[in-house]
Amino acid sequence: MTLKLGVPSKGRLMEKTFDWFADRGISLRRTGSDREYAGAVDGVDGIELVLLSAGEIPRELAAGRIQLGVTGSDLVREKIADWDNKLIELEPMGFGYADLIIAVPKFWIDVDTMDDLDAAAAAFRREHGFRLRIATKYHRLVREYLRECGVADYQLVDSQGATEGTVKNLTAEAIADITSTGETLRANHLKILSDGLIHKSQATLFRGRRAGWTEQMRADYAVLLEKLG
Amino acid sequence: MVTKAQSRARAAQLQAAFVEAGAQVVEADILQPAEVLLDLYGEDIRGRAYVTSDPLQGECMLRPDFTVPVVREHMENGATPARYTYSGKVFRKQEHDDGRASEYWQVGYELFDGTDSAAADAEVFALFSDLLAPLGLRASTGDIGILIAAVDGLQTSDARKIALKRHLWRPRRFRALMDRFGGRKPVPETRVAMLKMVAGGIDAAIEAAGPDNGLRTADEVAARVRKLQAEAEEPALSGGELDILETILSLRETSANALENLRDIAVDMPSIQPAVQRMEARLEALAARGIDAASLDFEASYGRTTLEYYDGFVFGFHAPLRPDLPPVTSGGRYDALTKVLGQGRSIPAVGGVIRPELVELLAGGQA
Repeated sequence: MTLKLGVPSKGRLMEKTFDWFADRGISLRRTGSDREYAGAVDGVDGIELVLLSAGEIPRELAAGRIQLGVTGSDLVREKIADWDNKLIELEPMGFGYADLIIAVPKFWIDVDTMDDLDAAAAAFRREHGFRLRIATKYHRLVREYLRECGVADYQLVDSQGATEGTVKNLTAEAIADITSTGETLRANHLKILSDGLIHKSQATLFRGRRAGWTEQMRADYAVLLEKLG
Repeated sequence: MVTKAQSRARAAQLQAAFVEAGAQVVEADILQPAEVLLDLYGEDIRGRAYVTSDPLQGECMLRPDFTVPVVREHMENGATPARYTYSGKVFRKQEHDDGRASEYWQVGYELFDGTDSAAADAEVFALFSDLLAPLGLRASTGDIGILIAAVDGLQTSDARKIALKRHLWRPRRFRALMDRFGGRKPVPETRVAMLKMVAGGIDAAIEAAGPDNGLRTADEVAARVRKLQAEAEEPALSGGELDILETILSLRETSANALENLRDIAVDMPSIQPAVQRMEARLEALAARGIDAASLDFEASYGRTTLEYYDGFVFGFHAPLRPDLPPVTSGGRYDALTKVLGQGRSIPAVGGVIRPELVELLAGGQA
């Protein structure tokens, strides 16, 4: 058995991951045709490259089918219950920055903090007869954050894309989504609450539990860690 | 290790005792409509209950408790007074890997009777106390009604009282509100700036901030701005009142001493007088049932972190030598829940549940 390193299979996240490892003397590359998801590792022994969708890497790590993986810190927290008992954050990698935030319409001048959101949600429920809707695909992270802030009388509605448009389309009153520049929020007349930052995400190298590792895997891992500094 | 067969037998034995006490056996579906539970408990219940979907009924939950279905059933079909018992599995999703069960038995007893609350509270508590007596458990009691009465007695606006009562079950948020209303925490700068901005006209300020967007209207925004203006004008809660509230929240004594303390507090805060009298009547009713009521532990904040429906007497029984275990029994009064589920009608109700697996575990195979 060899150590398997899961890396996002396409796009900027893959390229940046390759660059990051290259800077540390480890060359990752795709092999075969452009469309074939196969890869090779040079510069260190006993590591196998597995190309995967970034969204699946947390699950594969937690299940122990890969031992190392690069993915967003937000995805790990969202997809793995009790993640910090199952995975170790080895290195934040300094790219793939995105903030998971809570945003409301700009003209809500009465709402600037999570406390305000809670009070507005209570009034909204009295007025409209249902709980204020927050559109998101980050259900676990958002629910935990709102609970921590003591927000009640809200409901989460699932939105897998174009989340900023849900307010205008009357399917939600507020949103919780990732943003890097805030451009889309502004274009949709939304503002971020001043304490509405749920998680600052970036691409991160994670490791799963070491149960079941062979001597050889442990030795190869030690060499890898040395290289990564 | 407790086997499933042992748990089942223990559940049957406990339920037989409730039937003996006059309860009628009721059943509840395992699949419950999610909407009712979500409206009651809020979105948090999604993190704690198994949510599934039925092609025809829509979103459902595996029952996280029996109280809600039993109350609904009673509000639709039951005549008062009524005593019910149920026995079955409940399902609770565990987000953290700390060994808590995600499905376990509950055997419960619920009493719907508005004639004498103190007697009803005492009946339920004494029944559980007698049943569990061989296990040497420690009882904790509290009374959410006293907290509610204390908030109602504050010399402050209804808006503030409503906000405090809404967060009675979220102790951290409750404290933050106390600090805010008491002027112990500064008003956020952005709030100050907003209030300054709207001095030249609320509607103009809203319009300048951005276009109408979504279901919440500019009128609703303006209404809340006016509330915030009123709130800013309102004087802070007095330090004396905050101290009283603080004293009540941290009250932890034997019931006899707690009652004495609360009577003293009622001199400065007469609003709690009726709730204190109810507590006194309950202690008398408990004593009449042979409970050593005076020395029962009383914690005014007990029950504040459970699912939010208890609004009067609350109790729990714990194994003193096994602090790792959840309470073997918990219960309390939930008059307000019957109002929410009864569409305006409400029936005073009190009840509790036992976890037979824990009884079996602690009894260690004894009959």
